[in-house]
Amino acid sequence: MTNTIDQLHVSITKRFGSKTVLDKLLLEIRGREFVTFLGPSGCGKSTALNIIAGLLPPSEGEIRLDGQRIDHLPPEKRGFGMVFQNYALFPHLTVFDNIAFGLSLKRRPPAEIRDRVTAMLNLVRLTGYEGRYPSQLSGGQQQRVAIARALVLHPRLMLFDEPLSNLDAKLRVEMRAEIKQLHSKLGLTSIYVTHDQAESLSLSDRIVVLRDGVLMQEGTPREIHDRPKNAFVADFMGFRNFFPVRLGEPVGGFVEGFARGAKLLALLPHDFSGGSDAIMAIRPEDIGVGRSADGANIVRGTVELVEYLGREREAVVATDAHARIWLRTPEQISVGDNVELNLPTERIVVLPVEGNPS
Amino acid sequence: MTRVGKGERSELDILAMLFLLPSFLYVLVMFVYPFAYGIYASLQPLNGEIWSFKNYASFFTDPYQYSTIRTTFALAIPNTILVVLTALFLAYGMRRGIWMERTITTILVLPISLGVIFLSEGILGFYGTNGWLNQILIGANLVREPLELTHNYIGVIFSLFMQQFPFCFLMLLGYISGIDPSLESSARVLGAGPWTVFSRVMLPLITPGLLIAFALVFVMSFAVFPSAVMVGQPAGSTRSIAIAAYQQAFEQYDMSYASAIAVIMGLCQLVALIAIVFLRRRMTIATTVGVGKR
Repeated sequence: MTNTIDQLHVSITKRFGSKTVLDKLLLEIRGREFVTFLGPSGCGKSTALNIIAGLLPPSEGEIRLDGQRIDHLPPEKRGFGMVFQNYALFPHLTVFDNIAFGLSLKRRPPAEIRDRVTAMLNLVRLTGYEGRYPSQLSGGQQQRVAIARALVLHPRLMLFDEPLSNLDAKLRVEMRAEIKQLHSKLGLTSIYVTHDQAESLSLSDRIVVLRDGVLMQEGTPREIHDRPKNAFVADFMGFRNFFPVRLGEPVGGFVEGFARGAKLLALLPHDFSGGSDAIMAIRPEDIGVGRSADGANIVRGTVELVEYLGREREAVVATDAHARIWLRTPEQISVGDNVELNLPTERIVVLPVEGNPS
Repeated sequence: MTRVGKGERSELDILAMLFLLPSFLYVLVMFVYPFAYGIYASLQPLNGEIWSFKNYASFFTDPYQYSTIRTTFALAIPNTILVVLTALFLAYGMRRGIWMERTITTILVLPISLGVIFLSEGILGFYGTNGWLNQILIGANLVREPLELTHNYIGVIFSLFMQQFPFCFLMLLGYISGIDPSLESSARVLGAGPWTVFSRVMLPLITPGLLIAFALVFVMSFAVFPSAVMVGQPAGSTRSIAIAAYQQAFEQYDMSYASAIAVIMGLCQLVALIAIVFLRRRMTIATTVGVGKR
């Protein structure tokens, strides 16, 4: 029921005054793909979305939809759907009229409008609410109306601008699943902007990580999560321990890193391009307490801080070499304990030095 | 704080009343008393009769007097429409900020600080028969006879416009820039061009503010006096109802008759206000039910 596209080609630069907010962003989005723009606030992800929607002009570059340039088209001529963080429902119109807005602009016959709006209300499970005004709905309901309002026009491309940020944590997870379902059920092509890594991992076919208008990494959720290419992406994906190291000679796919009297063994990515200086990073939850089977990467230290998190504890361990290690563990450890930590070789990523987490 | 006993509640009430007192006193002294006194005075005509409607009867039987109502409406309504529409146009255009916004806003708003007398003198100096504008036009051979822009209806409209535009513009600019910009974005993406965004989304949301602006500008215009005298034709086409009251009070020394005229003027303003409030209620029921709850 949706107008599908084959490919969206984006290659844009955006400057506000002398400040470059998007620096030669190059993207290819295939039909029926779910792509997330992920990054902290101010990274340019919403700007990119607004340029694709036509709400902002790019400073340079072009946008092509199935080969045809669309960057000169005003937003109303692009046939996209967009969902905003603050819902942006028309407060003076009922739920029905909000959803019917786009259809009535296209002068569809009243019977068709009624059928399509009713079908949409059914799809977003808001049948019976058509006479309400937006202010009489909860946040989640308002966002569902906003989604219905966009979908009823069978958009070629759906754009989501942090649609779940204003909802509470529980509702956010529910709505996330609904969006995912709608996307695959209707065969949509979607671009989704978020600063929430969990959202991007669960929704996307592909994640585009942006920082200060520069594309930091692009890949499947798995690639981004397991093999971040630089310290910025790693930091965003939950790596908390970063050790500056000097690399030894790689042996059989492994490499040793020397740092502050410690020695860490890690898998060297085959495409690693950094020099002999590098950063090794590991997530708190990947660190084990106690000695590992192979006896590699053992670090000793004293527990400095423990936070109880329910199933796990988060702890800070000061190593004998005066480094700090964050870890998460189900083990019962307490402040002052002397512990041995093992950093599993396959869980350590080796990152180039440039692009440190700020 | 969780448990509000009876004693606490009445304490709170007394406190609330105390806070209300200054504004209550203000309304009493500055509005209720003068208005009541005016009505009282208007019913005590000079000839010594007590409680008589004679002043009202003579006003409504004398064409020279009752025609001032029409004259005043003829000034106030076109001026109000002109002011509100111009302010709407400019404020809508400036809602997302423009180049040199602060400078432009300052220039637009400056007349508010000048005062009516100074403004009217300026209008005479610039638009008058021997004013700069006419000298330029004659010098450039664009006109032969100087344009008659002052001491008539047009002059008063100029003056009223300049006095009231800044106020109305600021009010509407605040109102319009307060509307969530993403409403406009979402309407655009849904297929609405700039004009449709205005007519189907923004205008319905602006209308309540527009009617308030209309009411306030109208009331101010209806009380036109200094500019009607200085740049108008106070004996003819711009003899507003305020001039009629002034003449009775300070030329005929008939305070009672003047009070009656002032009361009539007040009633005219009240009728117009009620009409606008009624209209606003009807329009807001149609356009913004539920929004008011925010």
